[in-house]
Amino acid sequence: MGESHAHAGVRGMRRGIADNKVFPVLLPASERLARRVADERRYGLPMLRLDGRGLLACIALFCLWAGVAEAQAQAAGLESVISIILKWMPLISRGFALNVAISFIAMGIGTLLGLFLGLAQISLLPPIRTGSWALTQFFRNAPWLVLLFYCIFVLPFRVSILGQTYDIPNWLRATVGLTLPVMANVSEIVRGAVQSIPRGQWEAAESLGYARGQTLREIILPQCLKRMLPPWMNLYAILIMSTPLASIVGVEEAMSFTRGALNAERRGDLLIPMYGALLLAFFIFCYPIAQATQTLERRYQVTT
Amino acid sequence: MTTPLIRIENLRKSFGANEVLKGVSLEVAKGEAICIIGPSGSGKSTILRCINALVPFDQGSIQVGDMDVGAAKLDKIALRRRVGMVFQQYNLFPHRTALQNVMMAPVQVLKQDKAEVEARARALMKKVRLEDKESAYPGELSGGQQQRVAIARSLCMQPDVMLFDEVTAALDPETVKEVLITIRELAEEGMTCLLVTHEMHFARDVADHIYFTDAGVIVEHSEPVEFFSAPKQERTRAFLERFL
Repeated sequence: MGESHAHAGVRGMRRGIADNKVFPVLLPASERLARRVADERRYGLPMLRLDGRGLLACIALFCLWAGVAEAQAQAAGLESVISIILKWMPLISRGFALNVAISFIAMGIGTLLGLFLGLAQISLLPPIRTGSWALTQFFRNAPWLVLLFYCIFVLPFRVSILGQTYDIPNWLRATVGLTLPVMANVSEIVRGAVQSIPRGQWEAAESLGYARGQTLREIILPQCLKRMLPPWMNLYAILIMSTPLASIVGVEEAMSFTRGALNAERRGDLLIPMYGALLLAFFIFCYPIAQATQTLERRYQVTT
Repeated sequence: MTTPLIRIENLRKSFGANEVLKGVSLEVAKGEAICIIGPSGSGKSTILRCINALVPFDQGSIQVGDMDVGAAKLDKIALRRRVGMVFQQYNLFPHRTALQNVMMAPVQVLKQDKAEVEARARALMKKVRLEDKESAYPGELSGGQQQRVAIARSLCMQPDVMLFDEVTAALDPETVKEVLITIRELAEEGMTCLLVTHEMHFARDVADHIYFTDAGVIVEHSEPVEFFSAPKQERTRAFLERFL
């Protein structure tokens, strides 16, 4: 009350608004930062912050690189940089499709496993709780590249099912390697979201006769979805950006093809424009995800 | 006198080393409104939570109708169908509309017919004077409105007794009244009510019996007129002086 007396103008404005409505407000910067930090701590993930300026800067930088290389190439009477990039683009795009496929599969399976692992972390049975906690911590704190190498060399090259022998391609084993950290991170996202729901919700459900599993399904998890979506999308963006790691273990994705193209062309001035084009491709793919994540975060901050 | 709907005998409950209930006994007859008052931390809320089996108790016994709440094989769903509870913080489910909040448990827990439950829920929304807020989400309602939805939600389970745990403590003075009116109407219609409250005037007007608790024991138990005009215990007098 005393505060609103101090701001007579603000009070006048407030009076026009029904008390029971929640309106979106622009939070002061410090509060926004504090929330961001709290979110990151809760989800245990750094949150991506990209905006339109980043996109413009990236495109400008790429044009600059390509332009410089183009000018040098023309001066030396070599084939145009742009036409070389365009020539290799179909192959690199095919590689990029594999990056996307790997990320989708790893995200899908990782999310499914992570959901169970996260729920196991809040189990009432101590062995399940401790076991899932340990598993989560192990894979969450292992470098992704190490997990990738581990899976490439530990998983079998071929399996026999009912007398039929199937080869397991490199990319599939790499996908498994990326699924593990996704699983662990989703597990933490789920645990964090469930634990962020006030205790009163559990009590109210219990007093209405809901069993524990039913409470989770009908009351807790539906409320968690909103809270989990932004960090989950954030995790996906990190995952797609980590898929070029697979090139190190010999998976033929966008990064490998770009390197292959450079080797074939044997031209030093292509180095920066080609990798620049690859960077741009990733940026164009990830940027809308980061934007959507931010929009969702902002929306859910106001309504919950 | 008929057998009481709730009978608590020598109830004891500790949280760690802290014994919050040190042998509490009380009875609630059908159709009665009972108020439990007392200073904060005297174990009032814990009594309600024990009745509803939200927290287990250590010693003593609680009977609700013919059910033994302390029994190892307690049918909790049956108990909670009989005993409704309303909380200080309303605890509505924010992802569901007011009407859905009221309908959820009978449909999902008791597996009752949805159309029947809906008719009942609409009647209850009308009863708590919120028939125009059926499709509002809890976030769009005031505290008092949310609390009335919470009361309707509890009533929709068709309980034999309602427990109210300081239901007006989180409300602003204006909306306290609308919630108290709702509860008073319930009591007058013959719903058995057990209330933990700090609203002394309300307790005096509505209660059939008043229990005064302090430090985990029942210090005094009498009818409202006697309780407020001629308290027997020094501790009760000291408490009431601060309130009235």
